[in-house]
Amino acid sequence: MNSFLSRTSYWVLALFLALAGSASAQNATTAATVTKQGVTPGGTAGAAPATAAGGGDAAEIAAGDALFKSNCTQCHAVNEKVVGPALSGITKRRPISWIIPWVKNSAKVVASGDDYAVKLFNENGKQQMPSFGLSDKEITSIMAWITSQEGQATAATGGPTAGNAATADGQDAGAAGGAGAGAGKYADILLIVLVVVLIVLVVTLVIIANLMKDVLGGRKDLDGRDIEILEQRFDWAGLYKSPVLRGIVGVVAALALLYAGVQSVMAVGLTQGYQPTQPIAFSHKLHAGVNNINCAYCHTSVYKAKSANIPSANICMNCHSQIKTESPEIKKIYRAIERKQPIQWVRVHNLPDLAYFNHSQHTQVGGIQCQTCHGPIQNMEVVYQYSPLTMGWCINCHRETPLNTKGNAYYDNLVKLHDKSNNAVPFTVSSNGGTECSKCHY
Amino acid sequence: MKYWKGIEELDNSPEFAKKAFAEFPDFLPVKESRAGEAEDASVAPRRDFLKLMGFGVAAATLASCETPVRKAIPYLNKPEEIDPTISNYYASTYFTGSDYNAVLVKNRDGRPIKLEGNPESPITRGGLSARGQAAILTPYDGGRLQHFAIKGKKAEIDAVDRAIQTGLASATGRIAIVSPTIISPSTKRAIAAFTSRYRNVDHIMYDVNSASALRQANGGVLPAFDFSKANVIVSLGADFLGTWISPVEYANQYIVNRKVNTGKRTMSRHIQFETALSLTGSNADVRVPVKPSEMGAVALSLYNAIIGGGTAPALPDKARKQVLAVANELKANRGAALVVAGSNDPAIQTVVAAINESLGSVGTTIDLTNPSYLRQGDDVRMAQFVRDLNSGAISAVFFYNANPVYNHPQGAQIKAGIAKTALSVSLNDRLDETGSLCQYQAPDSNWLESWNDYEPKKGYLSLAQPAITPIFQTRQGQESFLRWSGSQQHYYDFMKEGWRGIIGANGFQAAWDKVVHDGVATGTALVAAPAPIAPAIGVAEAISRLRRSASAPAGSVELALYEKVGVGEGSSEANNPFLQELPDPVSKATWGNYVAVPRSMAVKDENKWEQGDVLSVTANGITIDLPVLIQPGQAEGTVSVAVGYGRTMAGKVGNAVGENAYPLAQIGTDGIIYTNNVTLKKTGANSPIAQTQTHHTIMDRREVVQENTLAKYRENPKEVTEYEKIATPEGLEKPNKVSLWQDYQYNNHHWGMAIDLNSCIGCGSCVIGCQTENNIAVVGKQQVINRREMHWMRIDRYYSSDHHKTEFEKEGKLKTYAAMEDPSDNPQVIFQPMLCQQCNHAPCETVCPVLATTHSSEGLNQMTYNRCVGTRYCANNCPYKVRRFNWFSYYSNEKFEDVNGHMFTDLGRMVLNPDVTVRARGVMEKCSFCVQRIQLGKLEAKKQKRRPQDGEIVPACAQSCPTEAILFGDMRDPTTRISQLLRREDGERAFHVLDSINTQPNIAYLTKIRNASSEFFPEEENA
Repeated sequence: MNSFLSRTSYWVLALFLALAGSASAQNATTAATVTKQGVTPGGTAGAAPATAAGGGDAAEIAAGDALFKSNCTQCHAVNEKVVGPALSGITKRRPISWIIPWVKNSAKVVASGDDYAVKLFNENGKQQMPSFGLSDKEITSIMAWITSQEGQATAATGGPTAGNAATADGQDAGAAGGAGAGAGKYADILLIVLVVVLIVLVVTLVIIANLMKDVLGGRKDLDGRDIEILEQRFDWAGLYKSPVLRGIVGVVAALALLYAGVQSVMAVGLTQGYQPTQPIAFSHKLHAGVNNINCAYCHTSVYKAKSANIPSANICMNCHSQIKTESPEIKKIYRAIERKQPIQWVRVHNLPDLAYFNHSQHTQVGGIQCQTCHGPIQNMEVVYQYSPLTMGWCINCHRETPLNTKGNAYYDNLVKLHDKSNNAVPFTVSSNGGTECSKCHY
Repeated sequence: MKYWKGIEELDNSPEFAKKAFAEFPDFLPVKESRAGEAEDASVAPRRDFLKLMGFGVAAATLASCETPVRKAIPYLNKPEEIDPTISNYYASTYFTGSDYNAVLVKNRDGRPIKLEGNPESPITRGGLSARGQAAILTPYDGGRLQHFAIKGKKAEIDAVDRAIQTGLASATGRIAIVSPTIISPSTKRAIAAFTSRYRNVDHIMYDVNSASALRQANGGVLPAFDFSKANVIVSLGADFLGTWISPVEYANQYIVNRKVNTGKRTMSRHIQFETALSLTGSNADVRVPVKPSEMGAVALSLYNAIIGGGTAPALPDKARKQVLAVANELKANRGAALVVAGSNDPAIQTVVAAINESLGSVGTTIDLTNPSYLRQGDDVRMAQFVRDLNSGAISAVFFYNANPVYNHPQGAQIKAGIAKTALSVSLNDRLDETGSLCQYQAPDSNWLESWNDYEPKKGYLSLAQPAITPIFQTRQGQESFLRWSGSQQHYYDFMKEGWRGIIGANGFQAAWDKVVHDGVATGTALVAAPAPIAPAIGVAEAISRLRRSASAPAGSVELALYEKVGVGEGSSEANNPFLQELPDPVSKATWGNYVAVPRSMAVKDENKWEQGDVLSVTANGITIDLPVLIQPGQAEGTVSVAVGYGRTMAGKVGNAVGENAYPLAQIGTDGIIYTNNVTLKKTGANSPIAQTQTHHTIMDRREVVQENTLAKYRENPKEVTEYEKIATPEGLEKPNKVSLWQDYQYNNHHWGMAIDLNSCIGCGSCVIGCQTENNIAVVGKQQVINRREMHWMRIDRYYSSDHHKTEFEKEGKLKTYAAMEDPSDNPQVIFQPMLCQQCNHAPCETVCPVLATTHSSEGLNQMTYNRCVGTRYCANNCPYKVRRFNWFSYYSNEKFEDVNGHMFTDLGRMVLNPDVTVRARGVMEKCSFCVQRIQLGKLEAKKQKRRPQDGEIVPACAQSCPTEAILFGDMRDPTTRISQLLRREDGERAFHVLDSINTQPNIAYLTKIRNASSEFFPEEENA
């Protein structure tokens, strides 16, 4: 009986583990799918030419793509109304001779009494479109790009860069999910079936045992010893007093405590998931996600400096001098400007002073997407720290990530040398000295 | 029976009993007292230390559980050109009355954090002096006066202005403005505006280290010298590489003719007659020690030997022979010769001017048509001012960055005189010795907060632009003068207006923008020309004066005053901890002045002085007490004392460091004479001198530093350097042929450095450049004495000995080695910059138990502070002794608050380089080859998708060198200058220090070549 019990407990344990495993595997897959919904993360830097669907010149469309993203995305989308109207079909609605002066100085066109312009102005809450110092050629290339994008799904506005994001994040998800994702759904189904079968088996066995007991209890020809066996109850007190079991429980408990202790000590100073309340309820979801504004529009130096730059109030004012001026949150910005008191944001991502980190090395040179480290920022209402930002996390990535050497003359000779000596392994960051101490500590 | 070890044990006094149980003295000086303070009893015992440490660990663990909330505060309105964490460079000019340098200011997030030489400048050509490097600390100096004041008490700017204007309106007597040399055309215009508003205004300029005799002797102008055109340079006591007039400019010119290579095997020849062993004398091919009283005789004998003529006062034999030899060399190099004299005696300067004239130097090495505008001070007018001040003729006095109470020999009289004036105003940047005596204080802003222009040489202009808004409530001096003269114009507009006359009104804005961008311009400014000076005496009169000049009374000791390369004249530099801790290039002493005496004087029977014995030095009826430093090379019968110390109101750093030697100078009829006869007396006290290196001779250890003669180099460049060979079964081999190690493979870069010992003049600019770039702590006098200075880069100075290996057979090895430790009375000096050699087979790397020091794939020897546990094995195992251990938390230990203010206070910390960690207590640190600059340079290249260009990545030391002695680059790329240089010099002058131990350094040195007949002995021995 004893042995039967230990066997059942083993099975229950196995069952539990199997369930937990499949659940975590599933979690990882959802995380990966979340990141696949791209915004416009790479921006102009990583932009590859779009397919010449609209028939225009590919180079022109590519230029238009870049220009659109750096100038227009904060208010316009191609296939839906954001702040300004959807631009799909604009070239059919208005001639280019009308569009160019409008982009350059819309106020002038409205003031000239142009019917369409006045109507447009009134339809959009009398909100004026700011003037843009673009050349005629630049405006036509933007139009070419818009034409090429017409009719495509909203999610595709991200264009080719979103695809990049997906591949980069796909790797991450693969690493996180571990073996679970690879074994696929067959294992899950098999396990569930097995569990159901086992439960049925146990229930059946209990029913059979009860039946047999009843049958035996009905019989009168049993002697004392048989009755004793029949009436025998499981000796719980004996189990409780068993030194073996006590020992096992004790050891397991001690190990669990130790594990928890080590985990909590290791977590000292770790702030993964840190999500402080900010002085202004700024939503990345609304700006980066829904409105598709390029990250670099606000974080101006992310491609050129160590710091990505927290936007100054004058960048907010580029749009919010016109948009949502009545919102109490935006009024906080006005107050800050009036009082000449800069907004004191709470830093979410904190690296210790002894570690040197440079954004431009990773974004501009490495071609890494913002989401790789910052997570699904386009879905965050309030920003939280997505990655652990530990040295182990940095080093792991440096070991696994292949260097972005394509088209960069700095690496040409290094790639050749690498290919000559060990072509089989990828040319990772660490194989170029990316895990040496003084790459980050000095 | 009782045995005792000493009388104390026999008595068994309570004190002895206590000590008997403490076998080792308390070893951790956690709360060691500062030098000068009484030894207190607060030395923590070990148990307390453990208790504290235990508590500290617990507290740190608890504290770290909750991460502090950190703020990110962006600009409200971001200026377009500023991006956080990107450095901007603005051209500006450093000039504080003596040393002129065109600079680039490195600005980071709105704060100036580093100064570098401006390569566009035709005068300083990208060089920057140690003082210029250290000037970055001054705007953040807590000793500055932070507001306008009346009698030292804070007052509103308007109130001070009103009071001063009322005082000026009611002034009955003359109004005097006292300032150091002003070379700014616009500042002079601002003062002129003031002068024209009030009648009777005198603007008196005086130089702390005056050159008025030099101007008198050259028709009222200060000649512009060109050392690069001279084949023979003779200096009579002018320290032109260290402190005289414009050292960076001169060093830059001087070195042109001192560099050699196989293609150019010629060098200029440099002969120095001087009293104290100066930086310039250390670099001379021939150095002749003479007394100050003999300098006139040297000049006159030289005059007689070249031009011919009568008699001269007698000279010692050695000096006389040298003068004759020198005269012949000068005569053989007519048109390419230059004689300079540092004396402020018009007779000497007149004779020297006549010599130059006859040698045809005017027009070649001396330019009188485009003269220098530095040192415009007029000693005679200053002396008149002192008399007027005391007679009551002056009713209002303005001190514009001038502190004559401290730095003028007649300071006491000026102090008395200020009290007699009706109105006294100080524009000095701090409440100093003079400013504190004035009624009103209207502090000038720092030059890094100001607009200004400069004309150091006729036709050569440069600008200063603000790199930070004024930190305190100060106002630019020029603007103050404009306000007091009734103008409301901003100085910037006022200055721009004046520049229309220089760069023309047509297309002014574009031209102006270019000048502001470049920092330098050429043009003719009309107002900057110095005021005329009293006419010179004739040559005949000068000669007769020199003949008459009485030699010093027999048996008296002659004193020569000199300026230090670091602290200089001791104005704002005195409160600069970088400069106080910069070792003197020759004596290697820091923190304070001393009496430099020749050994012959110290060992005399009646003296028996030892290093550190305090002497009282008396002259002019004034006595100061200073410790003795035995200085090889000091002329017999003379002593030298540095000025610039002994400040009482400079600030926390500079107060009470050394003694003020200015009152020991003589006031002659023509100007200040920086020599005197003194009496010396031993006081019995002892005051240790904080030296970083003592009497090291090279002891024929040619593995460390190598030198040879030009004659030998001409003959065969392949024989000037001795390469160590080691014995192997295959015979003698280069040390790197035998190795237990696997060699590294460098695929990407292999950083290396070459240091030309021929070009290094030992000025120390690199030391300070390194210190500012790498956030290196200042440790203070006591810790320097404890050998705990933190400089990552040092300049080793070696003296030659009178003895040589050739005496082994005659005298025996041991005796000869012992004798070789003593430097010669007039030693030859060699400088060797020493920093981490970035060894390829680094001994430090192998002994670190925690892998805190490792080798990088680019050849760097990396030091990881956060991994270091402080065993110090690496420092023990380093043959070059370049690793530095942090004994204290220099940024938070209150003991270092005074000396290390730039790490201590929020104000001071603004100067720290944000790219470099401030190291904590208990970790080792060392030169990193400025890895932050390497990383930045590589990143820029990668961003632009190219390889880094040669010369794009420059460490701070190479950047600051005024003589381009340090060359840095990628040795893996065969086209870089360093690769070419090393290929060319391999087997000729390039050598590695301690080559035989096979550490394979990435730093190569180039053998020093002297233009002298013997590499071992000074010239005179062979004469």
